[in-house]
Amino acid sequence: MANYSTNEFKGGLKIMMDGEPCSILENEMVKPGKGQAFNRVRIRKLISGKVLEKTFKSGESVEGADVMDTDLAYLYTDGEFWHFMNNETFEQIAADEKALGDAGKWLVENDVCTITLWNGNPIAVAPPNFVELEITETDPGLKGDTAGTGGKPATLSTGAVVRVPLFVQIGEVIKVDTRNGEYVSRVK
Amino acid sequence: MLADLWQPSAQVNTLAKRAAILRTIREFFYQRHVMEVDTPSLSAASVTDVHLASFQTQFIGPGFAKGLPLYLQTSPEFAMKRLLAAGSGAIYQICKAFRNEEAGSHHNPEFTMLEWYRPGFDEFALMDEINELMQLILNVPPAERLSYQEAFTQALGLDPLNATLEQLQALACAQGFAGIAKHETHRDTLLQLLFCMKVEPTIGQQKPCFIYYFPASQAALASICEHDTRVAGRFELYYQNMELANGFNELTDAQEQAKRFTEDNACRKANNLTQVPMDTRLIAALEHGLPQCAGVALGVDRLVMLATQKNTIKEVIAFDVDRA
Repeated sequence: MANYSTNEFKGGLKIMMDGEPCSILENEMVKPGKGQAFNRVRIRKLISGKVLEKTFKSGESVEGADVMDTDLAYLYTDGEFWHFMNNETFEQIAADEKALGDAGKWLVENDVCTITLWNGNPIAVAPPNFVELEITETDPGLKGDTAGTGGKPATLSTGAVVRVPLFVQIGEVIKVDTRNGEYVSRVK
Repeated sequence: MLADLWQPSAQVNTLAKRAAILRTIREFFYQRHVMEVDTPSLSAASVTDVHLASFQTQFIGPGFAKGLPLYLQTSPEFAMKRLLAAGSGAIYQICKAFRNEEAGSHHNPEFTMLEWYRPGFDEFALMDEINELMQLILNVPPAERLSYQEAFTQALGLDPLNATLEQLQALACAQGFAGIAKHETHRDTLLQLLFCMKVEPTIGQQKPCFIYYFPASQAALASICEHDTRVAGRFELYYQNMELANGFNELTDAQEQAKRFTEDNACRKANNLTQVPMDTRLIAALEHGLPQCAGVALGVDRLVMLATQKNTIKEVIAFDVDRA
């Protein structure tokens, strides 16, 4: 993997740090008028998810991380692994629970997810921004309420729980924003 | 792509405030009989400082068919000292300074510098004058003053002038800079790291703060103090996490100045950096005689940032480097 100098640092660059692939969030040069320049960098560790600050001497190089995002369709889970497939090459990849993180509750068969690979192995799974899921459980709610004030909890087919307006009923399919877990609309 | 960023990076009303500040500065010096000067941005020589990178270009024209190498100046210091040696008396300049390799929220590769020199002043008399200018422009309380040793010791519990390399390495590791400190063998790099990251945030928050008597190893163009040769007549001004100004009780000794330039270039060579021709015209001027004086360079863009409460330099300059 290539090395990157501090001048190449920018948001999104993937580098190795303490043996873990990391993504640069922010990079700021700090330099006294007389003296050595430094780069103060905010980094997210891609496996642990931890965000930390690291300071480099400007001009230093760090090892790049072989990290790439790939779009794969979700197939099924065998309980231990979650299987995804490249719709063009039909190549399959299995992610474990650690890589899956919170994504499990948004996985719908055939939905295309973004899988982050490090040296070819999945380390993170991002579901589509919006998914459509059926409501399996929710209070019947008040008849005639259409304003949707307050809302109520609803359990979806994947086990995810979201707040929905009172008028939404069991058996209906709703659209959810997976980035904040919020109800968007009913799906006709 | 280029057409995308045609608009200024600063709001026009910020530029109006900037213009008012420049006018206030000029009036301040006019009242004090300090003469405005205008020295070249392009010079045949440049700064040898290992941590400053000059832009270089070539003049090709009458008399210079094969090209005259010229450097964009990182500050107007050398030319202004030549004027002082020629008998100018007190002078100031507001000009563009150019520094390669520098960009960020507090840095733009070209920026506006206010630099002035006061024959007969020592660094403390000059700090008094800077203090008055700060109060005038920023409407702040009088600045406090701490020696480098006091500020460093207060913040980190280690005396920077007597600390060994090993002590500084251990301190930097303990402060979260192990990645740099483990292999760093230059005391000054460790001192600069700790000062920038850990001391600066503790000073000059409520009112501006002068830090004086920098270590002699970071003297740059300041004279070494007679009362304590571990420190130099160099000071800096900080306010709200901004390094605003750097000043010297100026080195007037031509031989000592030439020696420092030569040492810088040796250091450049050792670090595989391009060597920079020594400014022999400055040395000649010092040999002729530079009056004892104090001088300071102040970052005008940063001053405007503080006056207008902007967080990035691009918000106070018409077009930052991304839009240049």
